[in-house]
Amino acid sequence: MSKVFIALQTNDDTRSIIQAILADNPHAICNEQPAMVKIDAEGSLTVRRSTIEELIGRDFDLQELHINLISLTGHVDESDDELTLSWNN
Amino acid sequence: MDMKVSKKKLGLKEKYQHMTRGLGWETTYQSMDDVFPFVKYEGIKIHDWEKWEDPFRLTMDAYWKYQAEKERKLYAIIDAYAQNNGHLSVTDARYINAVKLFLNGISPLEYMAHRGFAMTGRQFPGVGPRVACLMQSLDEIRHAQTQIHSISNYNKYYNGFHEYRHMLERVWYLSVPRSFFDDAVTAGPFEFMVAIGFSFEYVLTNLLFVPFVSGAAYNGDMGTMTFGFSAQSDEARHMTLGLEVIKFILEQDPDNLPIVQQWIDKWTWRGYRVLTLVGMMMDYMLPKRIMSWKEAWEVYFEENGGALFKDLARYGIRPPKWLDQIEQDKDHISHQAWATFYNYAAACNFHTWIPTDDELDWLSQKYPNSFDKYYRPRLEHWREEAKKGNRFYNKTLPMLCQTCQIPMIFTEPGDPTQICYREVDYKDNKYHFCSDGCKEIFEHEPEKYIQAWLPVHQIYQGNCFNEGVDPTAEGFDPLAAVLDYYHLNFGRDNLDFEGSEDQKNFDEWRGMATKNV
Repeated sequence: MSKVFIALQTNDDTRSIIQAILADNPHAICNEQPAMVKIDAEGSLTVRRSTIEELIGRDFDLQELHINLISLTGHVDESDDELTLSWNN
Repeated sequence: MDMKVSKKKLGLKEKYQHMTRGLGWETTYQSMDDVFPFVKYEGIKIHDWEKWEDPFRLTMDAYWKYQAEKERKLYAIIDAYAQNNGHLSVTDARYINAVKLFLNGISPLEYMAHRGFAMTGRQFPGVGPRVACLMQSLDEIRHAQTQIHSISNYNKYYNGFHEYRHMLERVWYLSVPRSFFDDAVTAGPFEFMVAIGFSFEYVLTNLLFVPFVSGAAYNGDMGTMTFGFSAQSDEARHMTLGLEVIKFILEQDPDNLPIVQQWIDKWTWRGYRVLTLVGMMMDYMLPKRIMSWKEAWEVYFEENGGALFKDLARYGIRPPKWLDQIEQDKDHISHQAWATFYNYAAACNFHTWIPTDDELDWLSQKYPNSFDKYYRPRLEHWREEAKKGNRFYNKTLPMLCQTCQIPMIFTEPGDPTQICYREVDYKDNKYHFCSDGCKEIFEHEPEKYIQAWLPVHQIYQGNCFNEGVDPTAEGFDPLAAVLDYYHLNFGRDNLDFEGSEDQKNFDEWRGMATKNV
């Protein structure tokens, strides 16, 4: 399976997002680099709104991700509740 | 009594649908072909524009909200950087030269990207891609403007930042990135989307922004980190758009496949050549290195690009051409580029130097197959010569590749001791190329590339001297005349870092920042 990744800036806003992504994707590997975090995952990776909301204790709009997003790969499927990255191979 | 729950607002997908569909119409006063004159001549067949799907379903309300937040963050950091003399926190002043290369060579391309997406959006009859191009066009002008603002942080203190616009159209090495974008914006709308949206943004831009910006942070440069990440936060959307473009075109008609494949081959190669500059920045210009060019290439091109092309295989797309050569080149190109800029340091608006022993050891370790054998001895030789007072400055002008405009510095595939030359005869003239890739690109569109403005040819033709300069006058110094024309100050902006005004000032200012004087 090919790997997808999402890279986020390292800051206070993304700490809980990263934690949520790692909780929802046990197969994901977190790669810390200067000022950024790159999360690699085989096949697919899902960012779930509800998990982030539980951690931050407020409503979260998944599009808030754009503020701290650095890069990603894979096909994107975005809904109100989830953002999924995947390759069809 | 329970409160009645009001109906949920429109979901993201529905909202996006309402905001981007049914907004266009078939024109009647003028034919659709006259209104959208460029949409057919490239041969791409589109049957149903409504099939366009933007994976990030961003509409303008959300767009302004998030972009405004990014801008506020950016300018807060830029202010903090300026107020705290942030430029003195960088690892050492050599690093500033990487920023010079970026702000002079890359930032003006953001403006061309803005124009390109605005023009392309105008040419598409479909509303979905038009909206997507509009947003990317706005993103790109934001990047251009934030980076222009950022120049002042450095221009106040360091040399070589003073005339990026003037230099972009004149200085020899800047013709490489400039001609790359000029090539793209003068193509048709679909080719532009494949060139910039897909090949550059999706396949290659990670190599430019991710390790370099992370490297800026690692080297203490908050100013570059903030404009870099602010721009990059839009890139994820651009990349997704690039991938969507390819899928959309290929799903519309099987006849589109060979056209798209040829563009992918061409633009991956073109972009790869431009990125030589980035390879050199990563391996030589960041005093604290995060990863080698080769490592970055393996992660962001071989691994991610590999997954991408495996995925696109279902449409009949194969990986870009010349990958065998690219695979071998990763051990070489950054070293070949640095050697070139070291040679031509008299004609550059940034400084070069010989790496320290620690840095040479790092390069030996990162490039076990090539560095000690081909590149380290040469650098050590130049260092010895410089110690004896013979710092090598090459005064001859190099032959340039007609397509990528890079001097002929690259070696034969399989033989790093032999410079690679290719040539083509076309209409009574001989044209020269650095590689099979650049040669083949030329042969496909010779009428386009024979018009290239090649800095070396232009100097020889006498087109790069200020008005009134007489090249036949006794004692005429061509280099001095060209530098005048570039608005480049000899002895300040150019030559070796060792002994430069930048070096002296930085040491003095940093001393003042930590002591009472």
